[in-house]
Amino acid sequence: MVDIRHSTGEPIGAAEVEDVELYHPHSWWTRYVFSQDAKIIAVQYASTAIAIGMVALVLSWLMRLQLGFPGAFAFIDAERYYQFITMHGMIMVIYLLTALFLGGFGNYLIPLMLGARDMVFPYANMLSYWLYLLAVLVLVASFFAPGGPTGAGWTLYPPQAVLSGTPGGKDWGIILMLSSLILFIIGFTMGGLNYVVTVLQGRTRGMTLMRMPLTVWGIFTATVMALLAFPALFVACVMMLFDRVLGTSFFMPAIVEMGEQLQHGGGSPILFQHLFWFFGHPEVYIVALPAFGIVSDLISTHARKNIFGYRMMVWAIVIIGALSFIVWAHHMYVSGMNPYFGFFFATTTLIIAVPTAIKVYNWVLTLWRGDIHLTLPMLFALAFIVTFVNGGLTGLFLGNVVVDVPLSDTMFVVAHFHMVMGVAPILVIFGAIYHWYPKITGRMLNEVMGQIHFWVTFVGAYLIFFPMHYLGLIGMPRRYYEMGETAFVPASAHTLNEFITIMALVVGAAQLLFLFNLIWSIRHGREAGGNPWRATTLEWQTPETPPRHGNWKELPVVYRWPYDYSVPGAAEDFIPQNQPGSAGHAPEGAS
Amino acid sequence: MNVTLILLAVILTIAGWWLSRQRLFSKPWLEVGHAFDPRPDGRPSIPPAKIGLGVFLAVVAALFSLFISAYFMRMASTDWWSTPMPKVLWLNTAILGLGSLLLHAARVTAERHRDEASRTALIAALAAGLAFLAGQVFAWRELTDAGFLIADNPANSFFYMISGMHGLHILGGLFALTRVIVRTRAGPMDERAVLSITLCATYWHFMLAVWLVLFALFSGWANDFVELCRQLLT
Repeated sequence: MVDIRHSTGEPIGAAEVEDVELYHPHSWWTRYVFSQDAKIIAVQYASTAIAIGMVALVLSWLMRLQLGFPGAFAFIDAERYYQFITMHGMIMVIYLLTALFLGGFGNYLIPLMLGARDMVFPYANMLSYWLYLLAVLVLVASFFAPGGPTGAGWTLYPPQAVLSGTPGGKDWGIILMLSSLILFIIGFTMGGLNYVVTVLQGRTRGMTLMRMPLTVWGIFTATVMALLAFPALFVACVMMLFDRVLGTSFFMPAIVEMGEQLQHGGGSPILFQHLFWFFGHPEVYIVALPAFGIVSDLISTHARKNIFGYRMMVWAIVIIGALSFIVWAHHMYVSGMNPYFGFFFATTTLIIAVPTAIKVYNWVLTLWRGDIHLTLPMLFALAFIVTFVNGGLTGLFLGNVVVDVPLSDTMFVVAHFHMVMGVAPILVIFGAIYHWYPKITGRMLNEVMGQIHFWVTFVGAYLIFFPMHYLGLIGMPRRYYEMGETAFVPASAHTLNEFITIMALVVGAAQLLFLFNLIWSIRHGREAGGNPWRATTLEWQTPETPPRHGNWKELPVVYRWPYDYSVPGAAEDFIPQNQPGSAGHAPEGAS
Repeated sequence: MNVTLILLAVILTIAGWWLSRQRLFSKPWLEVGHAFDPRPDGRPSIPPAKIGLGVFLAVVAALFSLFISAYFMRMASTDWWSTPMPKVLWLNTAILGLGSLLLHAARVTAERHRDEASRTALIAALAAGLAFLAGQVFAWRELTDAGFLIADNPANSFFYMISGMHGLHILGGLFALTRVIVRTRAGPMDERAVLSITLCATYWHFMLAVWLVLFALFSGWANDFVELCRQLLT
């Protein structure tokens, strides 16, 4: 395949993209705190997300302590246990994963990778972060409110979520939770508009859509999905807030509580489930698509090989994004819906496996005969592929109605969900942080600490979640505070639970090491230079590292796609996207 | 969720149409140097603010379609009595339409550099917006006085909630409009001013359209239409 179309040999003239009016900070406050620079906002988003994520980590420890050693810790009573579960789930899914992928990596990478100076609406971008912070603070406030945070489970199903039997149901817990979500969604919408419009309008000259790195494709598609899916959660939250505060009956059926007939009546809890999962399922892919994109770039860069099937990768991202809107009811197989309905949703669910499998094959084929460097980002990317396949396979089980119904309330679901949506995206986040940290700070993260972090996390996560599948298959229910005397749970299962708890403590401790590494390396890390991974994408070609406000002296012009690695005949094994001319040929068989 | 799915299909169709013009079938690894860029001169031909507003309106449309979906799903239960619509809503609708016309006039006059006329139209539109909000509050008062309280019946709950949500969006629009008025009060209307006014006008037309749909929904005309569609489908 030699019919590479070269344009005229001479480089294209300098950037003809209209330069944006940059805002210029005048004080330390506007430069580092109320900053409108996407890079600073990204770091703010990421730090906040990691901070609240650490809270969720500790909550999972407490939860596991109760499951592994029931009754050994007096302060974990049933009520607290449910509060820990709820807050752990909600924080991890929304306030950590969504915020970190879109607010953190989206803000940092979109303008840099596209050759833009900043996001198109910097002011709204800043507001987005501050609303997010406010949402987090409201969430944290619920820990200190009378009655504590809500214990309704992260899905907040009514009617129990607003009844007195549930912790926080008749106190402040649920109100603060819903308010926090509403704030988060408003803030996210402001940020999301930025990400989408910057991709549409902020690209530099020569950066066509099909020359965008897959990271940007992933974040872009995920943001579009999030913009359309989050309103469903917003509507659900507003309606439940009305039910709780104003006594309406959107979701609340006629109910007797403590022998007393409540004034609610006629509402439909299933309506909430529809709204929640109309958001909830796309949410899985809102987290997964950026991870897919980032992992593609990590693999290509660290295997020194062009991504296999770039077009297929792009199409798969878009198709997964569209399909994920018509599968939501597979979370509701046990809600008593029409079986034919379930059949429809099982079919659409299984169809998603096709584009997803294409992506997995393409990652593996990118690795095939690549010059694989087992750097930390690469290790995490490889771990992601394995973990995602594992979690995805159990998804095929649960996507089928007849298999899901008996497994639905067991630990099997917990294991599946954590593998595919917990561990897998978190591994990508770690890989991405190891990969881009040198650009953000100018220094490398410590390698030894990184290796310890990787192996403990990767092996540990499997030791935690693999046994959980088994526990689920023998019927151990999820959500239970303690098992008590249960005939079908053998003594060995309790031993297994203790083991899982100990592993959870160890893996959690490894994250503290990672956190220490993040802080330690800012000062003591090895100097990275501008392009330590010898990568092609634009963010590595900035004149300064870390990039200053405005990113570029003169806007870059893009001449090639982002995956020109190991091009035969080229002087080096990578050709940056902004390098003009016809150095080398595109690799053969890249299709 | 049918309403939402239909809206989603529309949005996805637009997105798909746009994507289909982005050369998704090109082979970027074979194209070194100049790439064919659908953007003339490699720069966007539409100002980012317009695209931004378009995307935002899609989000708002999704929001209201979800409310409407919930409305239809909740309506199926037996405890539903429609809320009578206060007559003042007709007046409100007319005022909102007037605001839309005024903003359109402001845009046209600004484009033709009749700055004074444009400024007057903007202020009149702001007044119309405030009048609409006052009218909505008046309609709420009328309903509560007549004994249709928010928690009495799901139809009431939906009416207060959705019209309140619409009112909040109008309020946001009024903030933006005030900003435009303050910014353009001195000096000639330049390209930027025209753009801001156009954005306000677009937003207003959109919120008018949303209100018309909601009004039809609350009055029960939408039900007949939906019933008709349902019969056609089955």
